[in-house]
Amino acid sequence: METKHIKQGVDPQFFKEHQESLYDALEDKHTTVEMLDEDDPLNTKMVLNMGPQHPATHGVLRLILQLNGELIEKAKLDIGYLHRGIEKMAENKTYQEFMPYTDRTDYLSPYSNNVAFCTAVEKVAEVEVPERAHYIRMIGCELARISSHLLWLGTMVQDTGAVSFFLWTFREREKLYDIFDHIGGHRFTISHARIGGVANDLTDDALAMIKDFIDEFPQELKDFHGLLDRNRIFFDRNREVGVLSTEEALEIGATGPTLRGSGYAYDIRDFDPYARYDEVEFEIPTRLEGDNLARYYVRMEEMHESIRIIRQCLDKLPKGPVRVDNAKEAYPSKDEVYYSMEGMIHDFMMTDTGICPPKGNESFHSIEAPKGELGYFIQSDGTGHPWRMGIKSPSYANLQALENMLDGEMVADTVIMIGGVDPVMGDSDK
Amino acid sequence: MNLELSENLRNVVDQLSEQFSDALIDIYKSTGDTFIRVEPDHIVDICKELKEEYHFIYLADILGTDRFTSDERFEVIYNLVSLRDRERLFLKVWLEEENPTVDSVTEVWESANWHERQVYDMFGVTFNNHPDMRRIYMPEDFDYYPLRKEFPLLGIPGSIELPSSTPDTE
Repeated sequence: METKHIKQGVDPQFFKEHQESLYDALEDKHTTVEMLDEDDPLNTKMVLNMGPQHPATHGVLRLILQLNGELIEKAKLDIGYLHRGIEKMAENKTYQEFMPYTDRTDYLSPYSNNVAFCTAVEKVAEVEVPERAHYIRMIGCELARISSHLLWLGTMVQDTGAVSFFLWTFREREKLYDIFDHIGGHRFTISHARIGGVANDLTDDALAMIKDFIDEFPQELKDFHGLLDRNRIFFDRNREVGVLSTEEALEIGATGPTLRGSGYAYDIRDFDPYARYDEVEFEIPTRLEGDNLARYYVRMEEMHESIRIIRQCLDKLPKGPVRVDNAKEAYPSKDEVYYSMEGMIHDFMMTDTGICPPKGNESFHSIEAPKGELGYFIQSDGTGHPWRMGIKSPSYANLQALENMLDGEMVADTVIMIGGVDPVMGDSDK
Repeated sequence: MNLELSENLRNVVDQLSEQFSDALIDIYKSTGDTFIRVEPDHIVDICKELKEEYHFIYLADILGTDRFTSDERFEVIYNLVSLRDRERLFLKVWLEEENPTVDSVTEVWESANWHERQVYDMFGVTFNNHPDMRRIYMPEDFDYYPLRKEFPLLGIPGSIELPSSTPDTE
């Protein structure tokens, strides 16, 4: 009996061709047709569908695994369950209108996405951002990194079997939500960055809360380390699971902590510094093992580095405006809108047409989001909305690496590997 | 040409234009990024050369665009990173409206796999010699390419079968 049997055995009711082609792809993944044994009375060879509603798939990821007993022979990922057409929407909105949508891509670190998009637009429209805004953005980005890594930590440890840990990381995230509430007025989808700067300055309250947080958080992090580093269960379940060598990682285009856990120190903050990352000191944590444990250490150390960066930013935080003072490039401040006719006209103009980058400009700008390189490619046709806006998202690249990592592993480790890669399906969606 | 290129990129561009003199069409800079437009037929050779000789070992992204009213309607942009020289380089090819096809670069970078599938899914550009040319976001039964400019923002009603609202009775 050939593997064709798999396909014949199922009767998909919706998207028939789609389901069938998936099984086809599974069958010739390694370009050879492998035969299923005819005498397999215990049915040890089977195809397992995980997700898209499995709690460990971190969203709507669907995995199709061909198993031999508990061993994954081949794996295919189906990521097309969230299709929101975010790039299509971008092309039909003005730049500023699209900014809140970026919150919803990687919804665990909205601040980074806002900054990524705004810096990309500023690059294509050639806008200079005031110094203070750069530092505020850096603080926000690093807080977002901690927030994202905390959620990863909680869920990943939960995947290995410890439930209460999730609550502790969420307690820390709660403090970050409060800080974001004071920075931008929202707890979850912050939308604080604006083209040409940020929406509003940090309040004294927010500054005090950030200071408190960076004073207290290192101790929490130490406790997390203390609980996990020498924990037999956690250690054994993560070591040598999902190994990705340096060459493989580069070849498959892995990014962020997944790449750095495999030993290559590629970090946009250092590779092509944006904002004022060239004026602060930080290290890029890397590990050589390339397994899940290495990714764990990389992310934990990144949180330490983030604290270090925020501390330097707070020391250096210059005085001055937080948004560029040119009504053709950014929204005027609310004072101007309420008390001057010019201000109100410009406010309408910004909402109606928005910023118009020069015709024919095209550029790519990426930042180091918590999950890796997040870039926006913008082609302008001189109007207020982009002709083409392409998103290079880190989760998409990392999920492709996951597809290769799964081959030859145990089925029980699948959820840990998904957790280790830290995908967000909203981020891989286009 | 008088472009302000960095030393490394200048070297790359000079060598490439010597080696592939008839394949290079245009080299230009836009807001700091360097773009090289090449003939679609030579894309694999040029990518191989860039990877092996100039250390562009990391393919960050492949992007499709729709130039709509132009003759060569589709554009595929390759986002290459040289980790050694810390440079980013964009290759692009223009493809015809009727049956747009270009050779796949999956043999050069494995990561091209999903990126090319995405371009195929969204623009209908097919890639020759691609190991797994399936749609990635949309179902296979879907006959349209959503990021083409003529595709309506609201979608096409009835274009895909929706799950029934009554649960299965088994």
